Amino acid sequence: MDFLISGIDVLTSAVLAILPIIAVVLFFQFVAIRRPLPNTRRAVLGLVYITVGLVILLEGLELSLFPLGSMMADQLTDPAFVAPGAAEPLDIDWHNYYWVYLFAATLGFAASIAEPAVIAVAAKVRDVSGDTISQWGLRLAVAFGVALGLLLGTLKLVLGVPLHHFLMPVYLLLIVQTWFAPRSIIPVAYDSGGVTTSIITVPLVTALGLGLAGALPGRSALFDGFGLVAFACLFPIMSVMGYAQLSVWFAGRAKRRAEAGGD
Amino acid sequence: MRGSVRDLLPIFLVIGFFQLVVLRQPVPDLGSLLLGMLLVVVGLALFVRGLELGLFPIGESMAYAFARKGSLTWLLLFAFALGFGASAAEPALIAVADKAADAAVDGALIAEQGRRAYAWGLRLIICLAVGIALVVGVLRIIFAWPMHLLISAAYGVVVLLSPFTPHEIMAIAYDSGPVSNSVITVPLVAALGVGLAASIEGRNPLVDGFGLVALSTVMPMIFVMAFGILS
Repeated sequence: MDFLISGIDVLTSAVLAILPIIAVVLFFQFVAIRRPLPNTRRAVLGLVYITVGLVILLEGLELSLFPLGSMMADQLTDPAFVAPGAAEPLDIDWHNYYWVYLFAATLGFAASIAEPAVIAVAAKVRDVSGDTISQWGLRLAVAFGVALGLLLGTLKLVLGVPLHHFLMPVYLLLIVQTWFAPRSIIPVAYDSGGVTTSIITVPLVTALGLGLAGALPGRSALFDGFGLVAFACLFPIMSVMGYAQLSVWFAGRAKRRAEAGGD
Repeated sequence: MRGSVRDLLPIFLVIGFFQLVVLRQPVPDLGSLLLGMLLVVVGLALFVRGLELGLFPIGESMAYAFARKGSLTWLLLFAFALGFGASAAEPALIAVADKAADAAVDGALIAEQGRRAYAWGLRLIICLAVGIALVVGVLRIIFAWPMHLLISAAYGVVVLLSPFTPHEIMAIAYDSGPVSNSVITVPLVAALGVGLAASIEGRNPLVDGFGLVALSTVMPMIFVMAFGILS
């Protein structure tokens, strides 16, 4: 019975998420463009797949990963687990939370590998770039970025550094890196940050942030629990640009070696 | 289906490892967990297939049609409506706006009776931000504005506004950008950008076609910070 009720909730939220977009598309298709969609049957079939797939995906997540993920976030941050000997939560050092950092990083990596928008956009990037940016290369670069971001984000939460003290220098670093990155990767890199913070990653990361902020002494879930998603969005931008910079560097080195060898 | 098992394997392994090895806890309600995992695999496979079959072609064909029609006004209206409408319906964003209002009340930034209006104001601001971001992004594709200048300037504004943003909504301002990109709009918007760049002479789909999502990620941060400073 619970299963059915949550199924109806999930159905409503999925339809609510899709409906406005379909409405906008149809309105402009018929009022502005004034011709039927090309390949109407294919397009309609695709929209049906999206709606049904989204409902099944959300229902499955609500049954498996989401409750388990947030329960584990609570258990891993519980003082009794972090430092069983400590008399008071304040006695716990930042390094005692190593399982939390490892959980955040591996969860972030795995969630962005599973993220449907990343899969789809990485395939598009591969096609558009004529295979110079491979789908898996991009997906792995994004996943490493999310892992690094969540590692640093949870560390920041435990250390209690104010969010903007941490993020402002990193944004400045991002701007500097942008000036040195190959121009053709910049749009894709900045897109990937927004693409990966989506349907699987955001709920898991939010649960982790709220769980950790609630368990730490002197933090409020309301003020300190947010901000982790920004880390999961920011670091993939840097890792994708870094991936491109490394590729260019290696290609340049190989070329120099080949030239030196040819003499 | 095989692809979707491979894509989901890491997350199942991570959850399983931490539950069984680190926490040493049995899995509660194994039956519904297994059912849930099966649904996730099937749902992901269908959804990704649907994106390739439905949203990508729709986004690209609309981009071609707008380019052929040559009406910039309609194109910009479409971009704005798409960004605004998608964010208006994004469930994660509704949750974030409510939390932000709670934080603002707790921090005595606003009075208790202003809570609802604050949450609504915030949602409206974010929808406007995403709509405007897509308009700017489409203009960038058409006029080939360099992305590195535009995006550096945008993040520069974020850095400049940060010290003045009230502490209570700081974290939510940073989160609002990434959260407002929905899993349905992202592929549609990416296809629109690539389609536009492909149909305009002299534009490169890789260099000019991407970047719309990037702008709709940073713009809400700027708007929410400004909203927090001004309200």
